[in-house]
Amino acid sequence: MKPAPFEYFVPTSVEEAVELLARHGDDAKVLAGGQSLVPMMNFRLAQPAVLIDINRIVELGYIREGDSSIAIGAMTRQRVVETSPMVRDKCAILSEALANVGHQAIRNRGTMGGTLAHGDPAAEVATVLLTLGGSVTVAGPQGKRELSPEELLAGPYAAGISSDELIVEINFPILAANETHGFLEMSRRHGDFALAGVAAVLRMGEGNICERARVALCGVAPTPVRATEVENQLTGKRLDASTIQAAAELASRAVDCEDEYHASREYRTHLCQVYVRRTIQLALERWGNN
Amino acid sequence: MRPVGRKITVTVNGEQYVREVEPRLLLADFLRHGLQLFGTHVGCEHGVCGACTILFDGVAQRSCLIFAIQADGAEILTVESLAQSGKLNLLQKAFHEHHGLQCGFCTPGMLMTALELLRENPSPSDQEVRAGISGVLCRCTGYKQIVDSINAAALAIAGAEAAE
Ligand SMILES: Cc1cc2nc3c(=O)[nH]c(=O)nc-3n(C[C@H](O)[C@H](O)[C@H](O)COP(=O)(O)OP(=O)(O)OC[C@H]3O[C@@H](n4cnc5c(N)ncnc54)[C@H](O)[C@@H]3O)c2cc1C
Ligand code: FES
Ligand code: FES
Repeated sequence: MKPAPFEYFVPTSVEEAVELLARHGDDAKVLAGGQSLVPMMNFRLAQPAVLIDINRIVELGYIREGDSSIAIGAMTRQRVVETSPMVRDKCAILSEALANVGHQAIRNRGTMGGTLAHGDPAAEVATVLLTLGGSVTVAGPQGKRELSPEELLAGPYAAGISSDELIVEINFPILAANETHGFLEMSRRHGDFALAGVAAVLRMGEGNICERARVALCGVAPTPVRATEVENQLTGKRLDASTIQAAAELASRAVDCEDEYHASREYRTHLCQVYVRRTIQLALERWGNN
Repeated sequence: MRPVGRKITVTVNGEQYVREVEPRLLLADFLRHGLQLFGTHVGCEHGVCGACTILFDGVAQRSCLIFAIQADGAEILTVESLAQSGKLNLLQKAFHEHHGLQCGFCTPGMLMTALELLRENPSPSDQEVRAGISGVLCRCTGYKQIVDSINAAALAIAGAEAAE
């Protein structure tokens, strides 16, 4: 099918975009990479009366390294972040997760702000943000405000931001020297949305003791979710096959989904356990090789 | 109400076009019906099949997920840019010789995707080729011949460059 008619605006600054959003309210949609919005418009699942195309807001395309975090402009293409040597060096979990977002041609156009604003339950970038505990900056009629990943993911489809707000920046904490990480997911074909995915960051001490664990899952609940029981089980433990297995078994507690066409709840639950185990093992191996 | 058209200037395969487009016109439809460049195929219109893949400012993208109006000022390459004066380029020749196509529906997307793949990685492994073209669906070949074709093209391009 073809999209329904709409009025089209191309602001060149954040200020202008925010003004347009305020003026057109719920009739308007922001157009970033269009990799989620345009399919919905082509199928007429979305019929916004007004499109505000932010592709010409040059000030929203950047990757900046700070002391403890990396700031990324909302319009930075996913592929640019994935292939950034600095990101690979300082926040490898983000590069690894991005490699699983659709296909290269999708990531060439899809943006960092777009994936977070769209808020798919299987979104890898939001899962990494939740694991690392970064933040999202939005601009609205009242100025700018900062949201934690938990606030952004308060409900499905990025419930934390309102329709007159624009995501402008995302902050990803840099991995510390005593942290190790893993990201793994299962999808039916390379590039498909994950049936289940796992992101983990472990702070390690002497003798493979896990001092702090952050583990999040995607694709198994209405939003990406922390697996807090897995985290608690890992914390303070010496990591080995049996402690990892014991923690992985608790992953099922975070699962909150129904049976659907592609996978039953039971299968997703099983995948979570297997992928939590593999991801923690991978993180531990990396720590050992360090 | 008839939506007003807007004027865009776009360079496609080296040629500049000035056209009036309605905002909702997809770039894929603009190329096919506005410019009569039917090489770009449209399969799914939601980014999944890859048949409509073109190079937009040098980067492989889905032309079914871009509005023509967004291409104002852009440089676009479609599959029609590959052959020069009726002569297939090395990538096309490899597809021809290694049976990289049957019905040909996926071929424009495969070629444009392979173009970017080989530019970024001139001698990819089988695994890398498979990952590289995973975003383009082929319902005929079973992919084996396409992987063979891209490998053969990589060798042919390397050979041609060495000979220069
Ligand atoms: C074939 C295919 C496979 C895919 N596979 C995956 C996958 O495996 N994992 C995954 O996570 N995603 C996947 N995607 C989606 C892809 O990652 C999209 O790029 C992303 O979801 C949306 O980003 P975008 O820049 O394209 O946003 P758009 O499609 O332009 O916008 C999406 C939504 O976010 C809003 N929005 C965009 N930017 C902003 C902003 N700065 N501020 C406020 N609101 C904004 C829009 O109004 C719209 O509602 C896939 C897409 C396709 C077509
Ligand atoms: S028609 Fe564009 S990806 Fe299928
Ligand atoms: S050759 Fe027919 S779809 Fe690929």
